[in-house]
Amino acid sequence: MNTAAWWLVLLQALLFLLGAPLLVAWVRRVKARLQNRRGASLWQPYRDFYKLFAKETLVAHTASSVFRAAPYIVFGSTLLACMVVPLLALGLPSAAVADVIVLVGFLALGRFFLTLAGMDIGTAFGGMGASREMLVSALAEPAMLMAVFTLAMTAHSTNLASIAEHQLSTGLILRPSYLFALMGLVLVAIAETGRIPVDNPTTHLELTMIHEAMLLEYSGRHLALMEWAAQLKLMLYGVLIVNVFLPWGIATEFTPLALAVGLLAVVGKLIFLGLLLGVAETGLAKMRLFRAPQFLNLALLLALLGLLSHVILEGGA
Amino acid sequence: MIYNLPPALLFAYAAVLAALGSALIALGTARVPGFKTLMFILLGLSGAAAVVAGLAALSAPAAAVAELPLGLPWLPWHLRLDALAGFFMLIIGLVVMAVSVYGPGYVRDFEHGQDSLLVLGVFTGLFVAAMLLVVLADDAFLFMISWELMSLSSYFLVAFQHEQAANRRAAFIYLLMAQIGALSILLGYAVLAGFGGGFAFDAMRATHLSPLWASIAFGLGFVGFGMKAGLVPMHAWLPEAHPAAPSHVSALMSGIMLKVAVYGFIRFTFDLLGSLQWQWGVAVLVVGSISALMGVLAALMQRDLKRLLAYSSVENIGIIFISLGLGLIFFATGHPLAGVLGLVAALYHSLNHALFKSLLFLGAGSILHATHERDLERMGGLLRRMPWTGLFFLSGCISISALPPFNGFVSEWLTFQTALQAWLLKGGVMRSLIPIAAAVLALTGALSAACFVRAYGIAFLGQARSRRVRRARPVSRGMRSAQGFLALLCLLCGIFPTTVLQWLNAVPQQLLGRGLNEATAHGWLWLTPIAPQTASYSAPIVLLALLLVWWFSASLLRRGKVREVRRCDPWGCGFSDGLPSPRMQYTATAFAQPFRRVFGLLFHVDERVEREEPGLRHQLQITDRAWGLFYEPVGRWVQAASRRVIRLQSGNIRVYLGWSLGTLLVLLWLIS
Amino acid sequence: MNLTHLTLLEQAVFVLAALVLFLSFSLLAQARLLAGIHIFAWQGGVLALATGLIAATSDEPHLFISAALTFGLKALTIPWMLHRLVRRLELERHADPLQHPALVMMAGAALVIFSYWVVAPIEQLELAGIRNILSISLAVVLLGLLIMVTRRQAVTQVIGFMSMENGLFLAAVAATQGMPLVVELGIAFDVLVAAVLFGVFFLHISESIDSLNVDRLNRLSTREDDGA
Repeated sequence: MNTAAWWLVLLQALLFLLGAPLLVAWVRRVKARLQNRRGASLWQPYRDFYKLFAKETLVAHTASSVFRAAPYIVFGSTLLACMVVPLLALGLPSAAVADVIVLVGFLALGRFFLTLAGMDIGTAFGGMGASREMLVSALAEPAMLMAVFTLAMTAHSTNLASIAEHQLSTGLILRPSYLFALMGLVLVAIAETGRIPVDNPTTHLELTMIHEAMLLEYSGRHLALMEWAAQLKLMLYGVLIVNVFLPWGIATEFTPLALAVGLLAVVGKLIFLGLLLGVAETGLAKMRLFRAPQFLNLALLLALLGLLSHVILEGGA
Repeated sequence: MIYNLPPALLFAYAAVLAALGSALIALGTARVPGFKTLMFILLGLSGAAAVVAGLAALSAPAAAVAELPLGLPWLPWHLRLDALAGFFMLIIGLVVMAVSVYGPGYVRDFEHGQDSLLVLGVFTGLFVAAMLLVVLADDAFLFMISWELMSLSSYFLVAFQHEQAANRRAAFIYLLMAQIGALSILLGYAVLAGFGGGFAFDAMRATHLSPLWASIAFGLGFVGFGMKAGLVPMHAWLPEAHPAAPSHVSALMSGIMLKVAVYGFIRFTFDLLGSLQWQWGVAVLVVGSISALMGVLAALMQRDLKRLLAYSSVENIGIIFISLGLGLIFFATGHPLAGVLGLVAALYHSLNHALFKSLLFLGAGSILHATHERDLERMGGLLRRMPWTGLFFLSGCISISALPPFNGFVSEWLTFQTALQAWLLKGGVMRSLIPIAAAVLALTGALSAACFVRAYGIAFLGQARSRRVRRARPVSRGMRSAQGFLALLCLLCGIFPTTVLQWLNAVPQQLLGRGLNEATAHGWLWLTPIAPQTASYSAPIVLLALLLVWWFSASLLRRGKVREVRRCDPWGCGFSDGLPSPRMQYTATAFAQPFRRVFGLLFHVDERVEREEPGLRHQLQITDRAWGLFYEPVGRWVQAASRRVIRLQSGNIRVYLGWSLGTLLVLLWLIS
Repeated sequence: MNLTHLTLLEQAVFVLAALVLFLSFSLLAQARLLAGIHIFAWQGGVLALATGLIAATSDEPHLFISAALTFGLKALTIPWMLHRLVRRLELERHADPLQHPALVMMAGAALVIFSYWVVAPIEQLELAGIRNILSISLAVVLLGLLIMVTRRQAVTQVIGFMSMENGLFLAAVAATQGMPLVVELGIAFDVLVAAVLFGVFFLHISESIDSLNVDRLNRLSTREDDGA
């Protein structure tokens, strides 16, 4: 492992950290425009973080050390998960450290501590958010795994870089299995990142909260870290979808030109994805909680069909 | 003579003798109070000796065999300490060591009670000795004797607090199912012995059975060992018996006795039966998947902490059998690398489960010791009253939810990697079924994380829901250090998987002729089970990266005058009365309500809300469908059959003499 | 057989076949009648598109006629007739929910795997993945039957029956490059006549027993007795 590769890994992490608020701002901008508003500036999330880091941090009397440690653990595990996903280039050593199942494990670690923090204060909001979050994530896991399996059985690997390389090397092929796996993964991403129609990221009404309920008691730098982690998660799923299923443009060598092309490619793809997400969030309404299992069953069905298409139509090879 | 023994066998003998010695010393605890500590010291030495014996066996080039002149005149006791036996001795030893450090503090509760410590001590020692002998046995006779001794001594331990009717009933069900399982195992051995040359395992290994008889033997062995391991639908005794026993015994039962059943299955199938058929693998995979899913869903519905842990054991045994099934399928269809990977994943998960389940049971015992509460709905806020127990219980919860960087994650990762090798198979049906089983495994992993968030969040976080829990005091240092020891082992087994796999490698090497050298081929830092391009995981780098990021964010972002944190009241919707009452928190039943609603079909859920002045009354009853579908029909059939047999007892002496005459005539005719 | 050896159009045919299967599953799960009719229309359209693509790749011009016929009949005419029927019978707001959707979906998935297993031993059709599309078509047929078994409303039963025919059509087009034109025209008109007859029957049934729930069809025999 040469040091240039490790510097690139750090650069990727930095790009994720700085780019995630921008992506969220872009989605909010699209939604605002569709709702006939001008929308906040694209730099607003950065200003929000600046404000939050300067504010006082309050912790309830009933909170324990888990509450205080959770923001760091959630932020850390999400950032680590981001380092695994290929953003600019393939062939980075971080892909060898952790494969896609470990990525799911990192996100699960973050979710574990987020829900524990929700239950720590001793009010009803946090418990409710925790319970709902665990339900949604439990139902999303098999769908996500099935989609990952379809990818892995085609590429014979769970290493994200290998999967993207396999896709690049075989050229433009319309695989029904990939299409269904992509659709399933998009639905899972919506559920896991807490977007409409599963959860409303801008609400504070207890009947409609899942993610926000667990963050209700956080303030100051703790809240900033949690929000940042949520934004990182959105960018993580976005990059996963665009760079693994449609990897054209990503750098396969570490020259500055290839990296610049890779950066432009991923930015373009993310802008398009953000546009689609904004349109979908504006057009759909949030479902009540017990319709979420149906939504996730649809995701599981799509992923299962992807797997069955792989076995039946693509000869399983 | 002692100097001729291989060191592994020497330590194994020492372990068994120390356990028996502990039982013997326990006989005197009524008279001499100091004997209690001595009893636990001997138990601890037994555990340590077992650990050393296991490690020696894993590093020895060949199995160590011995023959003891005890037993029947024409069938002495054969003992064999090969890598498989050594691995399970290691598991037994580690948990016994932890329990022996935990024991003295915990049994102080029983000293002044109605139940005598003598019974507890004697049968604990016998239990441990029996388990060690099961693992060492190399012939069916010694195996069955030690197996029965294990079941009987644990029966007395389960029935220890026999004043409560629930414990008596639990012990009865436990004994009944243990006997039925033992009968099935005995019949399995009978098939092998009948076709072969005798009861020694060496003779059974050399036998070649026809595929039909091999399948019959496999079926009998699977039912028998599965019943002891707690596979659905033969699991009904687990959630009754494990909570009824004292907590450190529950740790022994859940942590090691279930693994001894797994050992028995592996020995029976992979070693004695030899030629494997892939249909067996499919059966094991299906039963394992069902057990995993039903176990974790039932665990989510429980209020009693120990029952929750017992059902979670059912889930983890299901996961072990999923890996075993995958290994069987791959090995039988001619893919040895994937087959060995499946076996290794199952063994790793056995070690992990022994460690974290014992940790969790010891934690539940600490809670029981400090608050006399087992009901989750009455706990809360224990992390501030019992910080060390809380920390160690948290490590147990993280491990069992299969989260990096702890050990549960590594074995689940290996299981998923095994399942991903499904592309090697030729049949499309198999290629679809294995990923579906892997999706079920993913579902159970997520559900078990939900279950343990619920258990930890309700018990340790939030505010206390009852007076006794509000006044809980930390437990003794011995109890805490035992839990700390297990938690540290959980972390180490998660951070250094390559080291564990290097020790473990001897098992498949001796059993199947092929080790998993690919896993550690790229140095201690990288875990690459098949090949580096296929999948790789570097646990130490992950831990380092996690620590770096945490340190970075903690130090970089706590700057300026806002470093300190101010305490305040939680958000109570604007009411200014101060803290919300503990009754406003989410209860364990409420947390599980979405799961009850989504998965309720699989159980018999009886939920009623009635108006009862001055408010409402909520009643919830959840029963396992296995009772209605499986156990009650069997019970009814047995009763109907026995009613018919009772007609033989007519009470007339001439009828009885007639029966004797008839039997004599038949026997004489057979002899002639 | 590897996807990389096929041209882009042939890969598109596979994608459309998989889409037909997905639409069958959606029909299985869909509770609302109008949405079900629309999904059925989409299934017909996708089928017509697939026929057109096969026509383009295999130089059989009569398949273009088949494609146009399928589109006109299955994507436009029959859904329009069913839509009109639903409005006549005032069933727009009716829903026909499944009792145990999870179990039915699992049964559907099992049927797909089963049809793969049944078709797998057929050796001669290995070329160009015809065997694979054949298993998909068999799965669509079986799913159509499952729809008929698990649904209560008569209109959804008709849709299930029609989707069975869709599956058969897919099999015919993929395996033998379409049927002789005469046979096709005959089948097409048969389907049209069946749709008309269904409409007439449903009107009568609805007037007789005031409901189109097929579980209550046995009321037709007791109608005289209780003078309703």
